[in-house]
Amino acid sequence: MKSNKINLLLEQFKGSLVIAKKDMKIYYLKPPVLIFGVLFPMFLFLAFAVGREVPLETLVPGLVGITLFFTASTVVPLIMPWETRLRTLELLVSAPIGVQTILLGDILASFFFGIIISLIPLTVGFVFLGATIVNPLVLLLNIIISSFCFSSLGNIMSFPPTGEPSQIMMLSNLIRLPLIFISGIFVPLPQMPYWGKLIAPLSPLTYTTDLTRYSLGDISFYSVCINFLMLLLFTVLFLLAGFKLHSKTMPKRIQNL
Amino acid sequence: MGMAIEVKDLVKYYGKFLALENVSFNVKKGEIFGFLGPNGAGKTTTQKILTGILKPSGGKVSILGYDIEKDPLLAKKFTGIVPDETNAYIELSAWDNLTLMGNLYGMPGKRLEERADELLKMFDLYQRRKDRVKGFSRGMKRRLLLAMGLIHEPDILFLDEPVSGLDVQSARLMRKVIMDLNQKGITIFLTTHNIEEANQMCHRVAIICKGKIAAIDRPESLKKTIKVTQSLEVAFDKPLENVEELKEIPGVEEVKTHGDKIRLFTSDPGHIIKPLVIYSQDKNLEFISLNTLGPSLEEVFVNLTEERRQDINEKQ
Ligand SMILES: Nc1ncnc2c1ncn2[C@@H]1O[C@H](COP(=O)(O)OP(=O)(O)OP(=O)(O)O)[C@@H](O)[C@H]1O
Ligand SMILES: [Mg+2]
Repeated sequence: MKSNKINLLLEQFKGSLVIAKKDMKIYYLKPPVLIFGVLFPMFLFLAFAVGREVPLETLVPGLVGITLFFTASTVVPLIMPWETRLRTLELLVSAPIGVQTILLGDILASFFFGIIISLIPLTVGFVFLGATIVNPLVLLLNIIISSFCFSSLGNIMSFPPTGEPSQIMMLSNLIRLPLIFISGIFVPLPQMPYWGKLIAPLSPLTYTTDLTRYSLGDISFYSVCINFLMLLLFTVLFLLAGFKLHSKTMPKRIQNL
Repeated sequence: MGMAIEVKDLVKYYGKFLALENVSFNVKKGEIFGFLGPNGAGKTTTQKILTGILKPSGGKVSILGYDIEKDPLLAKKFTGIVPDETNAYIELSAWDNLTLMGNLYGMPGKRLEERADELLKMFDLYQRRKDRVKGFSRGMKRRLLLAMGLIHEPDILFLDEPVSGLDVQSARLMRKVIMDLNQKGITIFLTTHNIEEANQMCHRVAIICKGKIAAIDRPESLKKTIKVTQSLEVAFDKPLENVEELKEIPGVEEVKTHGDKIRLFTSDPGHIIKPLVIYSQDKNLEFISLNTLGPSLEEVFVNLTEERRQDINEKQ
């Protein structure tokens, strides 16, 4: 009985990987993904940084954080509306895989995308700006967990059963944009006003930025342990909330195919 | 023989609209089961529920004994689906679409590749396997969808209007493939509004109208339900002196001449052939032609669906 359950889980996880592979082939190079997932965060950050004397310790972690945040959370919420509109979702739900298997696959695709694209600001940081990595292990773990966390957050945003990607993009920007202002991206945590320090812990991006800062040799605001713990907590929360909300709307989505 | 599909009291509401009303039927293993009905009858809705895509509002569906709601993952392993309007992934190649579906059913790599090759060749898509589906014609897309439904060697194949929109040749190929698959033992659930298709291909047919099953039987038995319109049409080499004599044959209800042919109306054409032959020998007549003009399935269909419409109107 127990080995049956494990087998089933393993089968479904393989299904998620199959879905993720399909997503990578189809969706990575779609214009909205490149615009909102890659160009938008970089321009946003440059708009802030250009013409100001931003110290390197703020610049690189900020750029890494914002890129990771936007990239990892952009791909996943676009997939469901696309598949709804083109009705390919019907192919997937007719196969012996659960709704959560499909969702996890989309999250994984987004997660890998986040990791790959975050290499860009990192490379820029080292090669052109002369940043140094003091703690590579923390940096690596941070990127992995953060990417998965933001990807799980992105998954939540596509729960309305629409076939319009633009609607989802609007909703997700509505949620994401305010978050970057309270996460120590533009203003490092220690320099934030009192109320800023109060609401900063509510954003998972705060911990990503703090950890990046630490791994590049700066002092972290929270302890490394707390940072990782909070990221894990947010990830589990986002993952469960996404599964729950999607399970609720999925019958309606399929009915309207 | 075991049942491939068991459907009991299926009900489906879209909001307040009752799309399926206590639909019940069984499909035997190895059968081609036709699901025939006019537009909007509920055919696609039924198929989507049977394949676990849509949730029913009530009732029970088992696929090879597995409850589609309680054990969806198990039940789905045995079914292959060719949906009506859904597309394959247009950004992917034919090959990638096929292997994607195979992988989702957990097929091992080597077996999957062999099977994909085999199906692409069978459906005349092998040369184009690396091309994106975006550039495929409608017929090619339909064939690819059929291949995708078959990749995991399902025991039961669901087809929603498989030949709609295909030219005569593609439709023929499609029908031949379906018949061949059935010969190999695959149970076929075929949704269609094409009466001739149902008549020619199906072992049994269910006629559905406005969400309710009007009749389920073998096509020939269904035709027998309409008695009066059956007739025997006969032409002799010489005109008859007295056509009325034919009325003497037991079972003949009415006689009419149509040009050089004579029609004998009866509820049982089989039993008046013998007396007719004896009559012709007596009168020294030669047969030029002899046909039974059954009621077509179309007449049965029109009859049944009319009845159902009237029922609904009366209720309202
Ligand atoms: N998603 C939906 N929402 C609301 N009503 C629906 C939906 N899908 C189908 N219906 C209604 O349910 C009824 C049955 O539809 P269905 O698509 O099952 O018919 P069908 O027999 O497949 O018709 P066709 O021959 O045109 O394909 C129709 O009256 C249709 O308007
Ligand atoms: Mg239909």
